[in-house]
Amino acid sequence: MKTLFLYSILFILSTGISVAKTIETCATCKVKTIKGAIEIASESDTIFIRKGIYKEFNIDVSKPLVVIGEHYPVIDGELKGEIFRITADNVTLDGLFIINVGTSYTEDFSAVRVVKSKNFVIKNLVLENLFFGIYIEKSSFGKVFHNKIIGDAKEEFNSGNGIQLWYSHHVEVDKNIITHVRDGIYLEFADHCSITNNISTDNVRYGLHFMFSNDATYEKNNFQNNGAGVAVMFSKRIEMYHNIFHGNWGTASYGLLLKEINDSKIKGNIFKENTTGINIEGSNRVTYTFNTFEKNGWAIKSRGACYTNIFSDNNFLYNTFDLSYNSKLNDNVFKNNYWSDYSGYDLNKDGIGDVPHKPVKLFSYVANRTPEAIILLRSLFIDIIDFSEKVSPVFTPNNLEDTSPKMNRIAYDRN
Amino acid sequence: MFKILKYSFFDLIRSRWSYVYFAFFLLLGYVLLFLNNDVSKAVITLMNVIIILVPLMGTMFGVMYFYNSKEFTELLLAQPLNRTSIFIGQYLGVAISLSLSLIIGLGIPFLAYGIFKSEAILDFLLLLVTGGFLTFIFTAISFYIGLSNENRIKGFGYAILFWLFMAVIYDGLFLISLILFEEYPLDTFSLIASMVNPIDLSRILILLKLDISALLGYTGAVFQKFFGTHWGLIVSLGLLTLWVIIPVFLIRKKALKKDF
Amino acid sequence: MIEIKSIHKSFGKNKVLQGVDLIIPQGNTIAIMGPNGSGKTTLIKSILGMVLPNQGNILMNGKNIQRSWKYRNQIDYLPQIANFPNNLKVSELIKMIKDIRGGEIVEEDKYINLFSLHPFLNKKLGNLSGGTKQKVNLVIALMFESPLIILDEPTSGLDPVSLLVLKDIIIEQKKKGKTLLICSHIMSFVEAVCDTIIFIWEGKIYFNGTISALKKETAEDDFEHAIAHLLKNAHV
Repeated sequence: MKTLFLYSILFILSTGISVAKTIETCATCKVKTIKGAIEIASESDTIFIRKGIYKEFNIDVSKPLVVIGEHYPVIDGELKGEIFRITADNVTLDGLFIINVGTSYTEDFSAVRVVKSKNFVIKNLVLENLFFGIYIEKSSFGKVFHNKIIGDAKEEFNSGNGIQLWYSHHVEVDKNIITHVRDGIYLEFADHCSITNNISTDNVRYGLHFMFSNDATYEKNNFQNNGAGVAVMFSKRIEMYHNIFHGNWGTASYGLLLKEINDSKIKGNIFKENTTGINIEGSNRVTYTFNTFEKNGWAIKSRGACYTNIFSDNNFLYNTFDLSYNSKLNDNVFKNNYWSDYSGYDLNKDGIGDVPHKPVKLFSYVANRTPEAIILLRSLFIDIIDFSEKVSPVFTPNNLEDTSPKMNRIAYDRN
Repeated sequence: MFKILKYSFFDLIRSRWSYVYFAFFLLLGYVLLFLNNDVSKAVITLMNVIIILVPLMGTMFGVMYFYNSKEFTELLLAQPLNRTSIFIGQYLGVAISLSLSLIIGLGIPFLAYGIFKSEAILDFLLLLVTGGFLTFIFTAISFYIGLSNENRIKGFGYAILFWLFMAVIYDGLFLISLILFEEYPLDTFSLIASMVNPIDLSRILILLKLDISALLGYTGAVFQKFFGTHWGLIVSLGLLTLWVIIPVFLIRKKALKKDF
Repeated sequence: MIEIKSIHKSFGKNKVLQGVDLIIPQGNTIAIMGPNGSGKTTLIKSILGMVLPNQGNILMNGKNIQRSWKYRNQIDYLPQIANFPNNLKVSELIKMIKDIRGGEIVEEDKYINLFSLHPFLNKKLGNLSGGTKQKVNLVIALMFESPLIILDEPTSGLDPVSLLVLKDIIIEQKKKGKTLLICSHIMSFVEAVCDTIIFIWEGKIYFNGTISALKKETAEDDFEHAIAHLLKNAHV
């Protein structure tokens, strides 16, 4: 009721001052270029771009405008530089096909750059042949929604990121598809952002990469076949729910790399067929619940300095190693997880195994020390030494065990 | 040769031991699939069984059959047959009947479970192929051991020792040498060392399917090339074939020189 | 005709045959005799190609048998120990040997009748007694019409009736002009069926001649005594 009232006031005010008009742009219209349209437009106008090809770059949207394309008009930058730069608040870009962003080693040219603006909406764009895609710089309270970014990056050094947030806050990134760029989504110093329902695949480096970005939510994203997976570093109070991390293979490749992440929640995610599901370094007070780790080389690799983390109600299914630990100390809690290679029994039929499960195998310790030994995986000899280590631990942390392993796979509704 | 093969084969598939072997796999398959209800887990357990038990059974059956049919072999030797076809025929008879016990014994429960609708079908086929290879390899080696030792106690002893060495001791020595020389680049060495042992070779072939995520975590370029491309599969299958051909060739050579 | 030219064979340090020269003409029935371990079976197996001599040649009808195997369809062989695949039935074994020899004229029914093996045809070989197995062994060896028959201890385990049958068969085969090589320790049997005696001792042929020649040489009237005489002299 209150908002409706506000809107009506706003409407009365705007009609009182000036009537917002629509400016049509096309090859046969009065206004033939987008730049021209912006020039003659006044605040709150709508620029309606008809289907066609517009060879323009360095388009500066310096007024609060709505720029809408009809049937995806092509904006061709002809590799000359940046294409759209938004420097005003309340700008909407909608329905454009932007191609041929210039490449530079000194400047981060992007298809769309938002600078020091608020309340922007960037939606329904298709970006191809780009350097950087959508670059949000020192801006806030905006939305990046339903865009498709298709790069052709081959190497890290001469490619840019799909969606980049830098010194920005309260930005929603929702339902975007990003592929073949350097980092699919990159955040640095971007607090209170939400990254949801995006699909970020086949990127050269990371599907998602963020640093120094606190209080963010990452939900229902799909990260697949990225060069190094997803890297999350130096941030606090992160919530990662229901994401999929799949098929990140390689020597330095992870489903998820956590470095210096504190007080966060990782829940309901699926880690499937990654060389390492989660690689954790120096992260404290993180809870891992209802995640599924399936067919990874290492489900969880703990590289030390990880304290008071809780791993409960996760499924560990057919990973080569469920857990690798590089120290003899353990300050983390494992409980109520389902381990597919648990070999205990449940005599009282309460669904909880009667014998604790020790998830760290001696062989994972050996393979850490002598990586070539990985070739002996699943050999009878290795099974024998693993078994003897299980019976009387010498190399692995003594208290590292799940004292209440579940007998059956944990069902969890990710919706 | 085909006549000998045929008779050895029919002789064997009527023997009690073939049924036991067949029944074992049948039961194992049913227990793994229908008690656990989990194909992936079943495939992993089966891998352990196949890699250890199939070579053992191949070895034991091979030696047993060889010594038990000694007089019959002599009867055949007096017939207008050449020696190669007698021994290779008998060998193939044993190896084929064992492989069939394995394939049918495991195949029935997996078919009943609906393996064709499962994504584990390729893993399962690979298991059967390696199982078949291991049967052929270890039966051939046990035949060779039988041909080389008149004394059957000795022959049995050597055959079991050979199996034990290949299945357990070899990997132990392998691991120790890896740890001892860990400061040297070892990836070529470790690849070659696993190629030399048919059990390791089959293990790697299965690892390529089950644990590829972990294998790709190792940095060595040779590993990367081997495991990251189709090279691993092609080279492993090729070497397994070689592991069949060489002992068969040795059987032939030994058979042509031996007095009966 | 078989020509054996200075055959040597040793198993390790044990020199079993030390230069055996022998010509076996077609149509003779020859007994190979000698003490245990004298090399009788080794000689027979050399002819069959089962033992490969270290030196010397064996020619069959003028052809060297070394590395060839087809010549064996000219030979019927009765091995010393009758042991067959236990899971096969008697009839299956006979069928199988026929199959392996391929397309030869076979008179198995005649021999099955002679040795009264009908009741056993559908029994598994593993369940047969030693004597019955030997009869099966004989049927298999004799059912082909090969010009050379080699019998290694044919009488072992046979009952007296079957022994008589066997003698008749051998005499019949002789009449057909076949060559027979028989290893046996049973003197009466040898005397009854053989023309020539070859006596092997320490890997060499110690005597080669007819029974009457043997009696003459040893000045004994009785065959058994003549053999005993040979053995005694040999040991001196």
